[in-house]
Amino acid sequence: MSKKDRMSGNEAVAYAIRQINPDVMPAFPITPSTEIPQMVSTYIANGEMDTEFIPVESEHSSMSAAIGAEAAGARSLTATSSAGLALMWEELLLAASNRMPLVLALVNRTLSGPININCDHSDSMGARDTGWIQIYAENNQEAYDNFIQAYPIAEDKRVHLPVMICQDGFITSHAVENILLEEDAAVKEFVGEYNPEEFLLNPGKPIAVGPYSISSYAMEARYNQELAMENSKEVILEVAKKFKEKFGRGFELFEEYRTEDADYIMLIMGSAAGTAKQAVDDLREKGMKVGVLKLRVFRPFPAEEIAMALKNCKAVAIMDRTESYNGHGGPLASEVTAGLYRSKVMIETVCYTYGLAGRDFTVETAYEIFDELKDVAENGKKVKQHRYIGLRSKERS
Amino acid sequence: MRTDVNTINEKTPHEDLTEGLMMFAQATSKNFNTGEWRTNTPVFCAEKCKQCLLCAPVCPDSAIPVKDSKRSDFDYDHCKGCGICVKACPFGAIEMREGQ
Repeated sequence: MSKKDRMSGNEAVAYAIRQINPDVMPAFPITPSTEIPQMVSTYIANGEMDTEFIPVESEHSSMSAAIGAEAAGARSLTATSSAGLALMWEELLLAASNRMPLVLALVNRTLSGPININCDHSDSMGARDTGWIQIYAENNQEAYDNFIQAYPIAEDKRVHLPVMICQDGFITSHAVENILLEEDAAVKEFVGEYNPEEFLLNPGKPIAVGPYSISSYAMEARYNQELAMENSKEVILEVAKKFKEKFGRGFELFEEYRTEDADYIMLIMGSAAGTAKQAVDDLREKGMKVGVLKLRVFRPFPAEEIAMALKNCKAVAIMDRTESYNGHGGPLASEVTAGLYRSKVMIETVCYTYGLAGRDFTVETAYEIFDELKDVAENGKKVKQHRYIGLRSKERS
Repeated sequence: MRTDVNTINEKTPHEDLTEGLMMFAQATSKNFNTGEWRTNTPVFCAEKCKQCLLCAPVCPDSAIPVKDSKRSDFDYDHCKGCGICVKACPFGAIEMREGQ
């Protein structure tokens, strides 16, 4: 039986960690993810879980220790945000290339500069090519649900890759909302025990992890890693299906909200999807056929599935909560349009950058975007393809 | 998943490599003659050596073989010529020579 409660996103993830009771958690505090290790430490101090908590001196060390623990045969995790993730850079790549199924609770916060502690996706988007699976949440419920699904995905033999469970800093991590929590036993049963086949602390079966690789082997190893990422898609779908059967909630690679007959779709990720859905409900009342495609899984990138989901609409707004500084658009803009082209889905697209460093994304902003999409599709309005929304400017948009 | 790594070579297709290039073996570094990195070479003078054995434990590799409490000549297959043993020897029984 689910239990109704109210919690912040950080509390929800810490609650899931308590229920899963992993073996090792090295962590270093950074806003806005600090509460996660803090709450886990409290659970441990109160005897509610027996995870080995390692207070380390930096995020470089927390990720290194998490990899070391995982290689030794333990189920490990850590949590971080922003500059903490940036300091883990080298280790993120090692976790993936050494095929360590560990989990990172990421609370999305912008990267400097200007220095700022609020939400955007520049931290995880910067790490998008490090070989981690990335799953994003709209709210505290999804952060909780996604975290419970992380180990079954990561530890599957077809995958053996690390998983980053992302939620929006402050907006999700600190806002208290209603949530359905599952029973400890049901969560433990869903996640299962971790029984690695090969690990360092395995007497009589010696291994070496992460050996130097000459050119004759490194390219093949990377291809195998890419294959694992491709394989992870079916595992993510299986785990999502199993989760839905057991707990009655959740989405697969993305959520399609009122898109079945939509002329205009907003493709968006994270907490702002909730705002976009409100705008869709309001505009539907007025007879405008609009919808939201909320991306849940960014890595592996479901290019073809997105193209198929968008193929019947007239125009799509692709929403990036980060800047790529390439004069061309953010990561979603680049990858979605490439996916549409490859599937020969030639609909209109406009790429918007929104919500940087905690800038509010409002229902009114979403109305404006849908109006502009309509203008583009119906009247052939020419708009700049890489647009900022919610920006103060002397130019009228 | 446990593979005999001796069956893997530079012609092995990607499907047959181990996951993350994990090695299912131990002490494989012995198989690599890292001594070829050496640019300077320590030379052992047996007549000056008092067998105090201060040199063997400071070797960052294991290039000073010790048997029955006595060291013998260098293992040049693995000695990289760092010269730490030269500084450790109180009797001048190791001299550094330029080149391989």
